[in-house]
Amino acid sequence: MLTKRIIPCLDVRNGRVTKGVKFKNNIDLGDPVEMAVEYSDGGADELVFYDITASAEQRPIDIGMVESVAKAVHIPFAVGGGISSVADMERVILAGAEKISVNSLAVRNPAIIADGAREFGRQCVVLGMDPVKSDTPGCPSGYEVTTRGYRELTGMDAVEWAKRAVDLGAGEIVVNSVDADGTRQGFELTITRLIADAVPVPVVASGGAGVPKHLIDAFNLARADAAIVAGMVHSKEWTIAQIKDEMHRAGIPTRLHW
Amino acid sequence: MTVIVDYRAGNLTSVRLAIEAVGGMVQVSSDPDTVAAADRVVFPGVGAAKNAMENLRELGLIDAVREAARSKPFLGICLGMQILFDRTEEDGGVDCLGILPGQVRRFPNVTGCKVPEIGWNSVSANAPHGFLNDGEEFYFVHSYYVELNPFTVGRTSYAGVEFASAVRRGQLFATQFHPEKSGRIGLALLRAFLNTPATEKQECPQC
Repeated sequence: MLTKRIIPCLDVRNGRVTKGVKFKNNIDLGDPVEMAVEYSDGGADELVFYDITASAEQRPIDIGMVESVAKAVHIPFAVGGGISSVADMERVILAGAEKISVNSLAVRNPAIIADGAREFGRQCVVLGMDPVKSDTPGCPSGYEVTTRGYRELTGMDAVEWAKRAVDLGAGEIVVNSVDADGTRQGFELTITRLIADAVPVPVVASGGAGVPKHLIDAFNLARADAAIVAGMVHSKEWTIAQIKDEMHRAGIPTRLHW
Repeated sequence: MTVIVDYRAGNLTSVRLAIEAVGGMVQVSSDPDTVAAADRVVFPGVGAAKNAMENLRELGLIDAVREAARSKPFLGICLGMQILFDRTEEDGGVDCLGILPGQVRRFPNVTGCKVPEIGWNSVSANAPHGFLNDGEEFYFVHSYYVELNPFTVGRTSYAGVEFASAVRRGQLFATQFHPEKSGRIGLALLRAFLNTPATEKQECPQC
């Protein structure tokens, strides 16, 4: 049976993994490669790295880091941040990443999704989006897409954008709730479910995981295919194994041997 | 030397890195003579079947791949497994290499089952044969699957279909899943492949 995936998220800033709440108060957590090995050995099903300062500093993503991770772990991992062209995507893929995550770039230039999918296959192109609750008339779902680390509203409806991205070639959608991110109070289930029901590709819940029950809810109630965890595991309050144990007990298909 | 066949069907970096991680000497090549001279051959592949077959033809690799699949330890992965069979439904129907008998089909649309299948799924292994243990989980990414056939050694279920997730005929082994992305269990499979002794081709009565 296909299992539900747990994906630790590593925000990388100047070559170090950091964790902040809504991009503030960043704390140094460690070396990205060491942490990747630790999580892979600990049962993570996949990893995601965001080079969170690359876009702001207008520099390309740290390819050396991608290469080092690819040498050290042999599970799938996605990379986002600092990607501005198909050539950038190619560098990341050739360095050994399984997937590329595009977010603000795809809003500015949706063709990058189609170009990436044509070049590398849909399974390589992940659309990340940061929806926020909104009563903007152009957003009938009640959720609006934001960009640039929540700094800009786009006027785009989150569900419509997800559907369009899949039509263009996105193979997976990460729904990262602005309102829930960093709170550890649980995923934003409503928008995750709206998107999971609207698109034929896997949907990843992101932002807000604090206890295993939050992941169980994302899988059972929001119909997510995977869930991103950060603070709850980075803080060592929970291990991947403990989360999986709870998932398994709740009847969720879970990979238990690694 | 293990040769990874490069026929412009996807990214070979992770396959190369995984084989290197278990101590294999690897060369990535699209040259038929290099494939012919290899001790063992890895035949990966991601992407569309039609392109893959066209690329194999353009690069003059078809005969070299057929011969390698017949005569030396050979590991097909993902699309590199699918195109070993007779024909696929992909791209409106494409004739493939026909090294193994069988058909490749698209997953049906089933509520709650996203296509492609992306993630870790378990493999039921028929009998002990050194590569797979029953119930192990591997990483899959695919929209098409190989129908169960006489050479099936591993079965997996998705979208209401039980399909061949691993096949073996003599020294020819192929997996729908990605051992190079399947962590420790995937590396163990690759190590087992690298350790299979190359034997004379007569070993396989079907060839």
